[in-house]
Amino acid sequence: MKPLANLLPHPLPPAAAYGGAALAALALAAVPFVLGMNFGNSWVRIVDFALLYAMLALGLNIVVGFAGLLDLGYIAFYAVGAYLYALLASPQFGLHWPLWAILPLGATCAAAFGVLLGAPTLRLRGDYLAIVTLGFGEIIRIFLNNLNAPVNITNGPQGIANIDSMSVAGHALEKPLVVFGFPIPSLYLFYYLFLALAVLTMFICIRLEDSRIGRAWVAIREDEIAAKACGINTRNIKLLAFAMGASFGGVAGGLFAGFQQFVSPESFGLLESIMVLCMVVLGGMGHIPGVVLGALLLAILPEALRYAARPAQMWLFGRMLLDPEALRMLLFGGALIAVMLFRPAGLWPSAVRRREFAASGNGT
Amino acid sequence: MSEVLLAANGISKNFGGVRALANVSLTIGKGEIYGLIGPNGAGKTTFFNVLTGLYTADAGSVTLSGRALNLGQPHEVVRAGIARTFQNIRLFANMTALENVMVGRHTKSRAGVWGAVTASRATRAEEAAIVARAHTLLKYVGIDARANDLARNLPYGDQRRLEIARALATEPGLLALDEPAAGMNASETAALRELIAGLRSDGITILLIEHDVKLVMGLCDRVAVLDYGEKIAEATPEAVQRDPRVIEAYLGGPVE
Repeated sequence: MKPLANLLPHPLPPAAAYGGAALAALALAAVPFVLGMNFGNSWVRIVDFALLYAMLALGLNIVVGFAGLLDLGYIAFYAVGAYLYALLASPQFGLHWPLWAILPLGATCAAAFGVLLGAPTLRLRGDYLAIVTLGFGEIIRIFLNNLNAPVNITNGPQGIANIDSMSVAGHALEKPLVVFGFPIPSLYLFYYLFLALAVLTMFICIRLEDSRIGRAWVAIREDEIAAKACGINTRNIKLLAFAMGASFGGVAGGLFAGFQQFVSPESFGLLESIMVLCMVVLGGMGHIPGVVLGALLLAILPEALRYAARPAQMWLFGRMLLDPEALRMLLFGGALIAVMLFRPAGLWPSAVRRREFAASGNGT
Repeated sequence: MSEVLLAANGISKNFGGVRALANVSLTIGKGEIYGLIGPNGAGKTTFFNVLTGLYTADAGSVTLSGRALNLGQPHEVVRAGIARTFQNIRLFANMTALENVMVGRHTKSRAGVWGAVTASRATRAEEAAIVARAHTLLKYVGIDARANDLARNLPYGDQRRLEIARALATEPGLLALDEPAAGMNASETAALRELIAGLRSDGITILLIEHDVKLVMGLCDRVAVLDYGEKIAEATPEAVQRDPRVIEAYLGGPVE
């Protein structure tokens, strides 16, 4: 339980740390039951997706938050992971690989794509890098869209359907698990799997941040020339950032494919990349708990707005004035602007970053 | 001059049509404080950047303790044993003073992703050693009290010291200081002079670019003078001060 104790800002006595960790674990375990019983299973589904987004945001945070490399094509790695799962566990090629084999392969494959993107962009920074990564993201999506001829690999725009569900320890997660005569619904099982992997991702990020590698990433973000003068091989360390970030995206993509049991190129558009970037920026770039908060909020809030729009209008005006879908994006955009105006360092920035923004606000 | 530490042979560097360095050769002995001076735009910083791998030279080579340096690869130059500071301070502004020096230990530590994630015994021991070493170096330059302040919030003189501590963290054989006294007041310069003299007595060879003539003349064992990319003199400070070519370079030619 040492890792969980490390999450806290101040070291706690072991008893308190264990107690706190046990309480947190219990609370997290109860989430799907509380949500499912009070609001319906569609909410558990929304939270499942939110956990996938948390993984994505943590991965992108390594590239954008730590190493300071603006990446607008991050969703491509999610796509790589998802399509790898889809191709290796579906009737498309008649392959049915198990989850434990696909996920590490997905991480490796996405990491390779990360290096592929990183290598030609090593000399670029800021807006120039953003444009190239944006192009990379689109290239992957367009490839997926068109790889149905002359040889059909991805099934083109129709996507790949009937993907195998994930099974863990011999149990297919698409079926409820019966424990002591009490059935745990399938959506809850996905929740636990995703939660476990999201916590693992977060753990890896925390360990990396406070390490020789993490310091090298931040050094490159702060001043690349000075980083070189400290003996950091900036080429390798940047590629490592791209590869690590991408591998988390690849894992999340595999989980997405096994969860939805359907993938199509539509799911991996530019808007998704921007959404994940928003989670990182809004939550607090470079600050792991902030990034997770940003991901959960941005994944859940739009859905909450969708559900709230109808009753709120009925109550206010007695009839529907605006389509909830349109209203949702309006409110969402408004919320983003408000956060950037009033909390420019993000909702939950690291202490350092808060000071940094405070200093630049004073005109120093 | 005793044993040769660094030998630069025929370094040339052009930027487009501008000749920044023309066939510059010099040797620095072990334990020396070697000054590099010259009017503005003479090529001093260009020479530094070639030496530390930030620029690739058009011609010429550099050997350190007899081994050829892979010029153009800054991290390999650092690994070989040359560390530097910058004319306009380049710290990691939003990292603490301690973290800045810890980054300097990069080449002297080896933990990778796996070690960091598993926090193996070796990694934890290495990390503890990095922190201890960083504190030692901060004490050495006299700013350990501010170890946990952000680099950007340190006073100017302390930022210069921090940059030196970060360079020392790489355990250099040769420390290259690019105008360390620039912008310092008299008392800060005096303190810096003591620091540099202390470095030499601790066995570190120093290459110093400096405009403060008093500092250079007081500290350096030998001085080279660059003018328009060429080395026009190399001698003891006293001899250089009397050299007519040096006087001409600084003050202009005789009035006809």
